[in-house]
Amino acid sequence: MLKLRVIPTLLWKDIGLVKGVGFDSWRRVGTLMPAIKVYNTRQVDELIVLDISATSENRVPDYESMKEFSAECFVPLTVGGGVCSLETIRGLLRAGADKVAINSAAYGNPGLIREAAEKFGSQCIVASIDARRNPNGGHDCFSLCGSKATGKEAGAWAREVESLGAGEILITSIERDGTMQGYDLDLLKRVTDSVRIPVIASGGAGNYQHMAEAISLTGCSAVAAASIFHFTHQTPMEAKEYLSARGIPVRNVNVREGSR
Amino acid sequence: MSILIVDYNLSNLGSIRRSLEECGVSPVVSEDPGKLKTASRIVLPGVGSFTDGMANLWKMGWATALQEAVREDGIPLMGICLGMQLLAEEGDEGGTVGGLGLIPGEVRRFVPGDSSTRIPHIGWNEVWKASRNDLFEGIPDGSDFYFVHSYHFIPRHKEHILATTPYCGDFVSAIGMGNVFGVQFHPEKSGRPGFQILRNFLKL
Repeated sequence: MLKLRVIPTLLWKDIGLVKGVGFDSWRRVGTLMPAIKVYNTRQVDELIVLDISATSENRVPDYESMKEFSAECFVPLTVGGGVCSLETIRGLLRAGADKVAINSAAYGNPGLIREAAEKFGSQCIVASIDARRNPNGGHDCFSLCGSKATGKEAGAWAREVESLGAGEILITSIERDGTMQGYDLDLLKRVTDSVRIPVIASGGAGNYQHMAEAISLTGCSAVAAASIFHFTHQTPMEAKEYLSARGIPVRNVNVREGSR
Repeated sequence: MSILIVDYNLSNLGSIRRSLEECGVSPVVSEDPGKLKTASRIVLPGVGSFTDGMANLWKMGWATALQEAVREDGIPLMGICLGMQLLAEEGDEGGTVGGLGLIPGEVRRFVPGDSSTRIPHIGWNEVWKASRNDLFEGIPDGSDFYFVHSYHFIPRHKEHILATTPYCGDFVSAIGMGNVFGVQFHPEKSGRPGFQILRNFLKL
């Protein structure tokens, strides 16, 4: 049976590892390389590394750093931030990314997702969507790290990126991000109901129960989290033990350390 | 031992190279099919579409060279993910296209059995041995490996199936015929059992 994944998200800004609240108030929480090594040793299911300042600083991803990180990373690695062309995607794949997340660039140039899926295969193209609840109960998509309204509704945009060829969706609730108040289940449900590709839930996880809720109530395929792992003693392995005890299939809950 | 990783400009080659280094060998990543003659093991990785993969293998001179190296020189080869699929006679990702034809069979897109099954198949899933074989020596049956794909290999002959995985029914997650092997999962991203597959391949 396919297992539900628990995925730590590492946000990277100006060479440091950071975490914010609501896509703002960034706190430096360390450096990236040691975090990657720890998660590698603990055999997490997958890692997401997002360079959150690349697009706003109008620069391409830092391939050389990514190459160094991936050399220490024997777990599946999704990389995003600054992905704006086939060349940036090729560069990240060659630097060691297994999947590449496209966010802001897709709104102005949806064809990028189609071309990328045709060139590299849908399975490595993740559409990353940041959304915020609107007063009418719907969810609006924002680009440029949550700063720019796109006019797209989350469910409709999810369907659109799926039809363009995205292989997976990473959906992040902007206002839940960093709050540890729980995922925005309405947003997740809206997206999982809209598409037939796997969906990674992101934004708001504060405890293991939030993860179990997201999985059982929305049909997402994976739960991503950052603050819970940076600022509390909770770990991906314990999360999986919790989920497993509640009948949710997860991978190797009994292995604690050592990758080979 | 000289391990050659085939670089046909599509793949994440860093991970497989680093994983093999962790297994104690020094693989060479090469764009030059001329290097095949001196290789003792060949790894054909792959991320991308079947059509682009084959186009690049032909354009760069790999296709014929790989067929010769495997059939005439008997060099063991392992295809990973798309690399496994390219071993087939044909694939239908981006139009029907001929493959390397090293193991009889074809590559088809998953057909989801029910509405809750999502495609691509992404994540950790069990691999069950179809028969006792050297590639899976020492790996507990039902171990989880990491997958990320929408297409799968349908071998023409049952005896080439080394392992299967439950998704959209059961699909073939590892194949072998003589000195040619293919795994649909990513051993370089699958933790301990993944490293064991690589070590077993080096020992064959």
